[in-house]
Amino acid sequence: MRLPLQYNLRNLVVRRTMTLMTAGGIALVVAVLVLTLALAHGFSATLVATGRADNAIVLRGGATSEMMSSLSRDSARIVAADPAVARGPDGEPLAQPEMVVLVNLLRRGDPGASSNVSVRGVDPQVFALRPDIRLREGRMLRPGMDEVLVGRKLDRRFEGCGLGETLRMGGRDWRVVGTFDAGGSGFDSEIWGDREAFLPAFDRVEYSSLTLRLTDPARLADLLARLEADPRVRAEPQIEREYYRLQSRQLADVIRALGLFLVAVMAAGAVFGALNTMYAAVGSRSREIATLLALGFPPRAILASFLVESVLLCLIGGVLGCLLALPVHGVSTGTTNWASFSEVAFEFRISPGILAIGLLASVALGLAGGYFPARAAARRTVSEALRAG
Amino acid sequence: MTRYLPFILRNTLRNKRRTVLTVLSIVISLFLFCTLRTVITSLAASLESASSARLITRRSTSLTFMLPVSYRDRIAQIPGVADASWMTWFGGIYIEERNFFAQFAVDPQRYLELYPEYRLTPGEKDVFRRERTACIVGEKLARKYGFEVGDRITLRGTIFEGVWDFTVCGVAHPATPDLDTNWLLFNGDYLNQRMGDFGQVGAFVLKLDEPARAGDVARAVDATFANSAAETKTETEKAFQMGFISMLGNIQAVIYALGTAIVVAIGLVSLNTMMMAARERTREIAVLKALGFADRTVVGLVLAESLLITLAGGLLGAGLARLVFGLTDFTAGGFFPSFAVTDGTVAQALGIALFLGVVSGAAPAWNAARLHIVDALRHTG
Repeated sequence: MRLPLQYNLRNLVVRRTMTLMTAGGIALVVAVLVLTLALAHGFSATLVATGRADNAIVLRGGATSEMMSSLSRDSARIVAADPAVARGPDGEPLAQPEMVVLVNLLRRGDPGASSNVSVRGVDPQVFALRPDIRLREGRMLRPGMDEVLVGRKLDRRFEGCGLGETLRMGGRDWRVVGTFDAGGSGFDSEIWGDREAFLPAFDRVEYSSLTLRLTDPARLADLLARLEADPRVRAEPQIEREYYRLQSRQLADVIRALGLFLVAVMAAGAVFGALNTMYAAVGSRSREIATLLALGFPPRAILASFLVESVLLCLIGGVLGCLLALPVHGVSTGTTNWASFSEVAFEFRISPGILAIGLLASVALGLAGGYFPARAAARRTVSEALRAG
Repeated sequence: MTRYLPFILRNTLRNKRRTVLTVLSIVISLFLFCTLRTVITSLAASLESASSARLITRRSTSLTFMLPVSYRDRIAQIPGVADASWMTWFGGIYIEERNFFAQFAVDPQRYLELYPEYRLTPGEKDVFRRERTACIVGEKLARKYGFEVGDRITLRGTIFEGVWDFTVCGVAHPATPDLDTNWLLFNGDYLNQRMGDFGQVGAFVLKLDEPARAGDVARAVDATFANSAAETKTETEKAFQMGFISMLGNIQAVIYALGTAIVVAIGLVSLNTMMMAARERTREIAVLKALGFADRTVVGLVLAESLLITLAGGLLGAGLARLVFGLTDFTAGGFFPSFAVTDGTVAQALGIALFLGVVSGAAPAWNAARLHIVDALRHTG
């Protein structure tokens, strides 16, 4: 014999001030949980979406990021000639050396604040290697000119990054002739210019990396083995997408760990609130409980009913918390990725999975906050409960 | 009011479970509040410990570009500069990538003299100047990994290739606890030689004759190298460090938002409790009033009970934060030089507890004052 859900719902409505206050506390916990997960998810989603699964990036052995890597022209030529490298329609290998440096730029609308931006010297045919990236405004770079393209997330974040504006880098002025859209990936936070113009401007002789298209991603191991055996080069290839995923791991883990610590502690506080409310509910309904017992409802049904009520109460909070967090979805923010020491712009991303985690957490809080009061209610005897009322 | 104290205490303890749960939720929330605020104060303290009597000169493009070591002599001649030295970020890996700490290759002759706040014996400094592979570790780092003088430390280079062996020749003790000592310094001449006398350094540190003239000197340094192959950017050490913090994005806003969410969430919990407690006692309050207790006294009794609960929570929460971070030497993996809960933070936590007590006591107190005796006695709460 079960007590109808209606009974619990009505009880929550009758005590609406208490219900709302308890649910409000739970809502804030769930909102903080959802937002932290959305922050970590947005950050890693941005970097995970960067790069292709069939491209490989080649760095100097031992280098953990492009910023630290350097690759000589000879090494780049040797790697590009490998049979694992796919060829374009013109029969030439689809392999492009790139040069990456960090440039300190001033933030827009925040006087004095600055951050490091990745500046990439690319091949004139860069879009052949990265077909997912397209020109959004303006035009393509002209070889040898002091021109740059800017990722679509930078123009509003940094001074001089708007179309038609001029950036001063490496002692030269560079005109922004276009912006590109990299589909929300990390490239959207980069500045691209002609590699051969960048090298002398940034006082570099060697490239930073070589990006190539594999004929088959499975052939990465062959390429790695051949490069390791070749005494002329010190180069290590890895799948481009994997490289960017690793770059995001450290910071995303830290955001998640800090967020979960906060949420765990806050949740403990909220459970105490739920416990109070449910104990009060049990206490004030003593006579009701006695009546239900007298009517023949088994203690198990009473336990279940109070547990359901507690879960419902917290679920209201969970739903409120998710609603509270939702408007932040898509809000863009940015931070310096420690792995590459450069700014990455990204958005809070609330996925259905994250909302489900938020709701599940509220159910768990409901169970934790409801169990002991519900058990106390179920253990009453009729006479005891009638007397208490 | 003191003569009512036993009465208030009795009331508070009447429903022990509820009081304990409420106090605990306040303890937890104010503990979190103290933790978050200490993040902000620790960052501020690490900035305060940066000297404004020192300037940092780096490549204008960004920190990842280096400057010719020959700039040192030209910088040292600029009026207002008392002394100049150099350092280079090494960025090596100690055993595993997650054992991150700062490593600098520094000018063995002058660097240590520019940072007198890190105490070393003359003997230690002397060995550092003489020995090519000598290194000095900060006190915190030494404690973390158990480094002692004479130990060998092996780093794997990421920016500078290869395996690098160092011998600890000294442990630097900070003059004040706010100073960061989670670092390793080694002889920069060794780096230069192994990299084939490349003659490049990461940044210069300048000691000023008069800190007040920092702006003028910084402009003079940058003007000296304007339009050269390697232009410079000079700023005070403090501004330089602030640059790193601004790179993290707006963490202060995030922390304030979290702090507000936490305080509001506990506010709801304690308000709820106080209202529950008062509702249960509607009849008692009516009896008190019928006995002739003034409205003022009744309001005072309700408020005092609420304040007792929240202040107990506040004291325990702030005390716990002090205790935990005081005893464990927590630094978030070396991110903070020190993580000390300041008196200001404790005061703010108690202020919040007071505020919560007043707010959550106000509604039931107001109800108590308005209470109509006859209605209330008829009440079957």
